[in-house]
Amino acid sequence: MDKYINTPITDEITMNLQSGDYVYITGTLYVARDAAHKRMIESLEHGEQLPIDIKNAAIYYMGPSPAREGRPIGSAGPTTASRMDKYAPVLLDLGQKAMIGKGKRSKEVIDAVIRNKAVYFAAIGGAGALLSKCIVKSELVCYEDLGAEAVLKIEVKDFPVIVVIDKDGNNLYEMAMDGKCKGI
Amino acid sequence: MIRSVNTNAITEHIKEMCFEANHYLSKDMDLALKNAVCVEESELGKKILNQLQDNLRIAEEEKIPICQDTGIAVVFMEIGQDVHFEGGNLEDAINEGVRKGYAEGYLRKSVVKDPILRENTKDNTPAIIHYSIVPGDKVKITFAPKGFGSENMSRIFMLKPADGIEGVKRAVLTAISDAGPNACPPMVVGVGIGGDFEKAAILAKEALTRDVGEHSLIPYVCELEKELLDKVNALGIGPGGLGGAVTALAVNINTYPTHIAGLPVAVNICCHVNRHVLRVI
Repeated sequence: MDKYINTPITDEITMNLQSGDYVYITGTLYVARDAAHKRMIESLEHGEQLPIDIKNAAIYYMGPSPAREGRPIGSAGPTTASRMDKYAPVLLDLGQKAMIGKGKRSKEVIDAVIRNKAVYFAAIGGAGALLSKCIVKSELVCYEDLGAEAVLKIEVKDFPVIVVIDKDGNNLYEMAMDGKCKGI
Repeated sequence: MIRSVNTNAITEHIKEMCFEANHYLSKDMDLALKNAVCVEESELGKKILNQLQDNLRIAEEEKIPICQDTGIAVVFMEIGQDVHFEGGNLEDAINEGVRKGYAEGYLRKSVVKDPILRENTKDNTPAIIHYSIVPGDKVKITFAPKGFGSENMSRIFMLKPADGIEGVKRAVLTAISDAGPNACPPMVVGVGIGGDFEKAAILAKEALTRDVGEHSLIPYVCELEKELLDKVNALGIGPGGLGGAVTALAVNINTYPTHIAGLPVAVNICCHVNRHVLRVI
């Protein structure tokens, strides 16, 4: 069913989300992908602070194309989330509540979602132009040298996503496939 | 007769093709996606396919790339053997076109200089260029920027001759089923059968540049394309991987002679943003 939520993503919000829900998010998202995750985890390993406020945060796995003059951002669709599987459990255990990407997740990530009552949303892969229209503001947070992989903070309005893995570990991708891929 | 082509012209063409490929989907893909909306049975699948239609409209009207992954630049250069290039190195000219196209077109720079050290080249070069020398005095350029969500899900299988056509079908379906939602379905599936290890992969990549809806001229290959498309769609992966009848828009297969001991099969998956622009100079 369609639901409208605002950030930060609290336990009260994730408790009411189920796999298959179509959700419109309004509020603040952090944007980070491969290289930024690697750096964030390395900084934790060195005993340093994270460059973002991770508590109840939503991280959008994305690397935008450059913005034209007068626009907040360029094309801005999700990237494949499994590349962040190595890093996601650590961040979820530190309080991150929502991940937005596309594609399958590892068992370790799903376990961390259940453990932390978190949520994994999919945005529509390859709909970067459409999704950019829901982003009203974008600012650089850190790692500018990474170019398209820098960490951003964006403001979104009615940003459309689908709950793939809910706080109980239900997985929409598996439900959707309905065992059809077995026995090839 | 030798015909001279200035490499500056190549640069200009490549530059324009970078922009064109990333903002307008080719007619065949556009038609296939429109048709998919009618065919899809799942409500959520239909909704996603309609959003992909909106996405294409916004990309065209507002000049926002269709997908933020504007790809690594893949260029097929079919060069007539009667062509003489003047004005500079051809490969430099192609890369200069990519450099200009990605900078001036507000396209994402997604290339790192070294696969392990991973420093971004900041201009999306170098391109991946496949040259072939053919009869004639024309230069045919196919520009097909490739995103890596789907590229990462591509596979190569070194089958045995005894595996035969059934083995080929299993290989393709295994690759698609493993790719699932990661490759941004509905996808286009390029398959290369035969050759050797690298030839099969290039055949598969080239198959992606063939228009959707156009079939192989080899009767059994044409049949195989149709059968595999039905079987891929029966997997139920659907738009966005969220279930549905439209998992792929086409399965395009290219074949080549191979060794008596082998049956290489490469499966190069492309998402629904299957970009390919063709120009003949």
